[in-house]
Amino acid sequence: MSSRLFVFILPVVVIAIFWAMARRESKLAHDPTHKSFFERNGTSLGIVFILLVAFWALFLVTLPYLYMVVESFHPKLPPAQRGGPTDVLTIAQYKSFFVNPIDNEVNGTHIYAFVFSILASVAVTALNFAICYPIAYYMAQAGTAQKVRLLMLGLIVPYWVNEILRAFALRLLLASKGLINQMLMGIGLTETPIDFLGNNTGLYVGLSYAYLLVMVFPLYNAIESLDKNQIEAARDLGAPWWKIHRDVVMPYAKPGIASGCTMVFMLSAGSLAAPQFLGGPSTLWFTSIVYDFFFQSFNWPRGAAYAFILLAACIAFVMLMLRLFKVSLGETIR
Amino acid sequence: MSSKLVMKSMIGFYIFLFFLYLFGPLLVMSVTAFNTPNYPTALPFEGFTLGWFPKLWNDRQMMDGLWNSFIIGFGVVAISVPVGLAAAIIMGQIYHRARSLFYLVTISPVLTPGVIIGISTVIFWKDVLSVTDVTKAVFYKGIVLSIFGQSSFVAAYCLLIIMARLQRFDRAQEEAALDLGASYPQVFWHILLPFLKPALISASVIAFLSSFENYNTTTFAILADKTLVTVLAGQVRQGTTPALSALAVIIIGISLAGAIIYEVMKRREEAMAEKAKERAKMAERGEVGMAVGA
Repeated sequence: MSSRLFVFILPVVVIAIFWAMARRESKLAHDPTHKSFFERNGTSLGIVFILLVAFWALFLVTLPYLYMVVESFHPKLPPAQRGGPTDVLTIAQYKSFFVNPIDNEVNGTHIYAFVFSILASVAVTALNFAICYPIAYYMAQAGTAQKVRLLMLGLIVPYWVNEILRAFALRLLLASKGLINQMLMGIGLTETPIDFLGNNTGLYVGLSYAYLLVMVFPLYNAIESLDKNQIEAARDLGAPWWKIHRDVVMPYAKPGIASGCTMVFMLSAGSLAAPQFLGGPSTLWFTSIVYDFFFQSFNWPRGAAYAFILLAACIAFVMLMLRLFKVSLGETIR
Repeated sequence: MSSKLVMKSMIGFYIFLFFLYLFGPLLVMSVTAFNTPNYPTALPFEGFTLGWFPKLWNDRQMMDGLWNSFIIGFGVVAISVPVGLAAAIIMGQIYHRARSLFYLVTISPVLTPGVIIGISTVIFWKDVLSVTDVTKAVFYKGIVLSIFGQSSFVAAYCLLIIMARLQRFDRAQEEAALDLGASYPQVFWHILLPFLKPALISASVIAFLSSFENYNTTTFAILADKTLVTVLAGQVRQGTTPALSALAVIIIGISLAGAIIYEVMKRREEAMAEKAKERAKMAERGEVGMAVGA
C-alpha cells in the first residue's frame, strides 16, 4: 500500500515547498502595501476559494492521474490480495505492451494498433487543417459580419448533436447498404457495395467530421486579428495568393494552427466513438484495446499502463509540435 | 474582373461543399426518422410515418439515461462553475513562482484524452471510497464518479472562459469601491460578480452541454449506470431502429430553434443599438441647433 500512499504525500510536499518559498520571499522583501490572500478576499471567501480549488486540483486532477500511474506499476490481483505481500511494484504491464506475456512473442497486434492510431490521428489532423483553413480564412478576412455570424451558427448547430449520433449518421451513409453505396450502384459505378467501414474510410471520415469545429475556431480566432492591410500590402507588392498565405497569413496564425492541430490530434488519438462505430471489424484502435482491458478482461493495471503509454505519446507529440512551431503552451490554450 | 468572379464562385462552391459535408449526414439521418422500414434507411422512401417518435417515450432505458444525464449535467455545473471562478481569482493572486505549475495542473485535463480521465477517476475513487463501507455504499456510484470525472475538465473550460473576462476587469472600479468604504467581500459580491455574470452564464451553458454530450469519460466513470449517450452508444453498436434518428431530429430541432432565437435576438439588439446611435446624433444636432438659435 505504501507506493499508493506516496501519491498522497507528493502534492503535499510540493505545496509545502512553494508555501515556504513564498513565506521566505515576503519576509525578505518586506512590503507594507502587500495584502495577504485572506486580507484581499475576506477570510470566509478566501477559505471557500481555496477549498474549491484544492478539491479540484488535488482530488479531481492530480491525485487520480498519479494514482493511475502508480496502479499501472502493480500486478493484476484479486481484490482480497491488494495491499498484500504479492502486491509489489512491477513493470510487467509495460513489458506486456512489447512482449505478449502469453507466448513471449513480440506483441505485434498492440504495437501495430498503437502506431496505426497515432499515424491515423496525424493524417486526420492534416486533413482537417486542409479542409478548415479556407473556411476560417474566409470567415476571418473576407466575409461580412452578418455572413460570418450565419456561418458560425451553421458550424455550431451540427455540434449540438452528440458524437454518437453523428457517428450513427455517417454510418447510415457509409454502410454497405448505406446511401452512398446505393447511389454508386444505382448509377452503375460499382457492382458490389464498397466496404467503406472495412477499409477504414469510415474511420477517417468519422474522425475528421467529429473534430472539424475544433480546428475551425482556433484558426478563425488567429486569422481574425491579422490586419487586412498586411494582406493588401503583400498583394500590391505582387505576391501571388499562395505566397500571401505561406509568408503572411500562416506565420501570423501560427498559435492558432498549433492550437487547432494539437486539439484535433489529441481528440482523435483518444477517441472512442468513431473507431467503435465506424471502424472495420479488423481495425484495432488503441483506446478500444484499453476499453477492452477494463470491460472484458478486467485487467485494470494493464489498462492503466496502456492508457499511460497513450498519454505519454500524446504529450511527446504535442511537445514536438510546439517546438516545431515555436509556440508556447500558454499561447495554444486560450 | 472575370477572374475575380471565378474566384468568388469557387469560394462559394467550396463553402457549399463544406456545409454539405457538415449537414448532409444529419439530413440523411433526419429522413430515415420519417421512413417506415424497421431499420434506418433513407432510400427507398417507403412511406411517411411519425411512429418512431412515440417509441422514444416508451424506451425505458433511454428515459432513465436521459434523467441521469440531467442530474450529472446539473451536478457538473454546480461544481465546475464555482471551481472555475475560484481558480480564476486564485490564478491572479497566487505566489508568482507557483503560477506556471498551477496553470499546468488546472489546464492539463483539457489536453488529456477523455478515456484517461475516466480510467483514472474510477481507479482512484474506487480505492479512496473503499476506505469505509459507508462511503463506498453512498458515493461509489456511476453518477457521482461521472460528475467527478467530467468536472475535472469542465472546470478547466470554465476557468478559461472566466479568466478571459476577468482580464478585462478594470481594477479602478475595485479601488473606487474600496475608497468609498466597501470591504473586499462586498467588492466581490457587488462589483466583480455582476461584471463576470455573462462569463458565468456562458460557462454554465458550456459546462452543461459538454457534460450532457460526453462519452469518453462517462463510459468508464458511469460504472453500471447509464446516461443518454451511453444508452445511444449501446444501441448503435447493436444495430438499431429509426427511433434513434427520431431522437436526433428532436435534438437538431431544438438546436435550430436555439440558433434562430439567438440570431433574431442579436439582430434586434443591433437594430436597437443603431437606433440609439441615431437618436444620440439627432439629439446632438438638436442641441447644436438650439445653441445657435439662442
